[in-house]
Amino acid sequence: MKSMKFALAGAVALLGIGVFAGDASAQRNLRGAVKIDGSSTVYPITEAVAEEFGAVAPRVNVTVGISGTGGGFKRFTIGETDISDASRPIKAKELAACKKNGVEFIEIPVAYDGLSIVVNKKNYWVDYLSVDELKKIFLEGTNVKRWSDLRADWPDVEIVMYSPGADSGTFDYFKEVIAGKTGSIRPDMSVSEDDNVLVRGVAGEAGAIGFFGAAYYFENADKLKIVPIDGGNGPVTPTAETIENGEYAPFSRPLFIYVNKNSARRPEVRMFVEFYLESGPDLVEEVGYVKLPPEIHSRTEKNFRTMRTGTQFLDAKGEKVKGPFPSVYQ
Amino acid sequence: MNGVQLDTLGSPRSRRSRVRKNRAFLFVSALASLMSIVILAVLLGSIVSKGLKHLDLSFLTDPPSRKAEKAGLAPALWGTIWICSVCAIAALPLGVGAAVFLEEFKPKGRFKRRVHAFIELNIRNLAGVPSIVYGILGLTIFVQMFGLAGTANEPVWSFGERWRDQIVDTSGQMLDIRAAGKNAPDLELRDGLVMRDEDGRDVTLRVISAEEAMEIEEAGVVAADAYVNRYNIRSWYYVQLPPGRTVLAGGLTLMLVVLPIVIISSQEALRAVPNSLREAALATGATRWQMISRITLPAATPGVMTGSILAMSRAIGEAAPILVISGVVFIRFFPKNLMDEFTAMPLQIYEWAGRPQEEFHNVAASGIMVLLAVLLTFNTIAVILRAKVQRPLQ
Repeated sequence: MKSMKFALAGAVALLGIGVFAGDASAQRNLRGAVKIDGSSTVYPITEAVAEEFGAVAPRVNVTVGISGTGGGFKRFTIGETDISDASRPIKAKELAACKKNGVEFIEIPVAYDGLSIVVNKKNYWVDYLSVDELKKIFLEGTNVKRWSDLRADWPDVEIVMYSPGADSGTFDYFKEVIAGKTGSIRPDMSVSEDDNVLVRGVAGEAGAIGFFGAAYYFENADKLKIVPIDGGNGPVTPTAETIENGEYAPFSRPLFIYVNKNSARRPEVRMFVEFYLESGPDLVEEVGYVKLPPEIHSRTEKNFRTMRTGTQFLDAKGEKVKGPFPSVYQ
Repeated sequence: MNGVQLDTLGSPRSRRSRVRKNRAFLFVSALASLMSIVILAVLLGSIVSKGLKHLDLSFLTDPPSRKAEKAGLAPALWGTIWICSVCAIAALPLGVGAAVFLEEFKPKGRFKRRVHAFIELNIRNLAGVPSIVYGILGLTIFVQMFGLAGTANEPVWSFGERWRDQIVDTSGQMLDIRAAGKNAPDLELRDGLVMRDEDGRDVTLRVISAEEAMEIEEAGVVAADAYVNRYNIRSWYYVQLPPGRTVLAGGLTLMLVVLPIVIISSQEALRAVPNSLREAALATGATRWQMISRITLPAATPGVMTGSILAMSRAIGEAAPILVISGVVFIRFFPKNLMDEFTAMPLQIYEWAGRPQEEFHNVAASGIMVLLAVLLTFNTIAVILRAKVQRPLQ
């Protein structure tokens, strides 16, 4: 606890805005509010940070919402919230809305989330799936309806698909990997906004396949069978290690917070974000996600210190920047 | 016709078959009612078995937490109490008033009768509209006020808040002084300025350079570049326009959800009052108002209250419109005025139930138990009140 406060003091001093922290009593009496909304995937991390922050600065009113990544950005781009939780980078349209309303932001990745592809426990035949095979299963307009359509030696069992709702960042991410920009995911899937429903669905049907955040697989590992994914370099199973070092491609994604630059000038918001960066890595693991590698984490600290605004995932024309996350985010 | 029936009644064979049919029907009826009880019992049983071990006093007094064993419901509990109170205060007079107008002041002309029927039809339709639609409506009307003027962060009008500036001196204590307003000029730090410390004592400032400030630790001594933080203190009567995502907006949105139920049930209750009572009142020279206030409404009160109980039971369990209006799940503070942000129990339960960890599903079950208990308390109070006001018709 003590070291955390000193770290905070140091970080704030580095910002060059006078002495504000440094003493416990100053933080204890600091007042103000930090409004956060956005992704329900990022929510557990932000909740954990807000909870710990409450012990350090008990008079700052931190509120965290779960309106979803898109819903959160809608509020963020009009300056209604100070921080937006996001399970994907900001979109060109949202960036344009920010520019229109004069909202500048600092983009901070806070954790990795693996997307796990799972099948039923009774499914003895699937040893791994390649990305191409996943495309055959999930893309619209393919003729794959049964497992035997995929590989001839697999049994003649119907494939039943479970997917998160189209509003979730998880679905967005999966769709981007599988269908790209132009394709579309088949509509005849069982869809639920509640990932626990997907877990139960896949666990209850022999021919089922589904996908959701790896945290849900880690919690239900005894009920589900994980499918190793071959992204071109042989099958890889999602674990904390393979997600962190990038081997589990293309299904590991970064999670973000976006901080309004004007808000970041307020001491309570700045202190909260510094606290997020400081205590985040430990809390991230506690709530079931994977922390960022040290070199990326130090980039996030530097970017916040220097108040680097804008997104690094869209180029000047609003096109997506291609490449793996560690090389895109500097 | 009658003769034939009497004949069948008399036949011993058909009597046996009728008795059998009677028994079969009794059995089916009993089974139907048993089914609903069994389903309820299974539901309650599974919730209680999951939720009981987490349910203790600290669950009711603690804020939410990432750790299931520490997670509490307090802000959501108080949020629900606030929005349901706002909802009740707004919905009951409006609903009963509308019902009285529609029932007791029925128009006579042909055109007016059509309008009356049209309004009634619409109210019945509104009762079936999904609550999320009311959530979106409430967002536009109560949260943003159609975006006509101002935003929640920059209200066009507000009343009941005080602004203060705080700084930190070199000893690390927080000093505080009144500010003229939100957009008042920045506080100018100068020697001799008197500020208040945390214990309420006056402290006279001595301003020194930033380099010197590194060396000195003393109460009242501040660096020239010390950061000034402006914050506000809101009193319990604080109000602003537009209200933003607050208790007031949440309560009024719930009012929209339950208003049709209150109106329809109050209308039914008024309709059940015998017309002879109205005629007697009018015949003795009472005005319409006297008739309604002294005869019809008191006679209809039990029915009105039953409808209101049902309506409030619906309001307390609504998650969808609250998700749209508030969206907030993590909050450590209880609402202190109508303009505070809030979360509600159904929203908190929804979030817990969606977590990957099994322990949080148990916490959600505990939350459901508290929700049911609050609901039961509300209903009990209403039933007692109803028994108190109920008078036999004379």
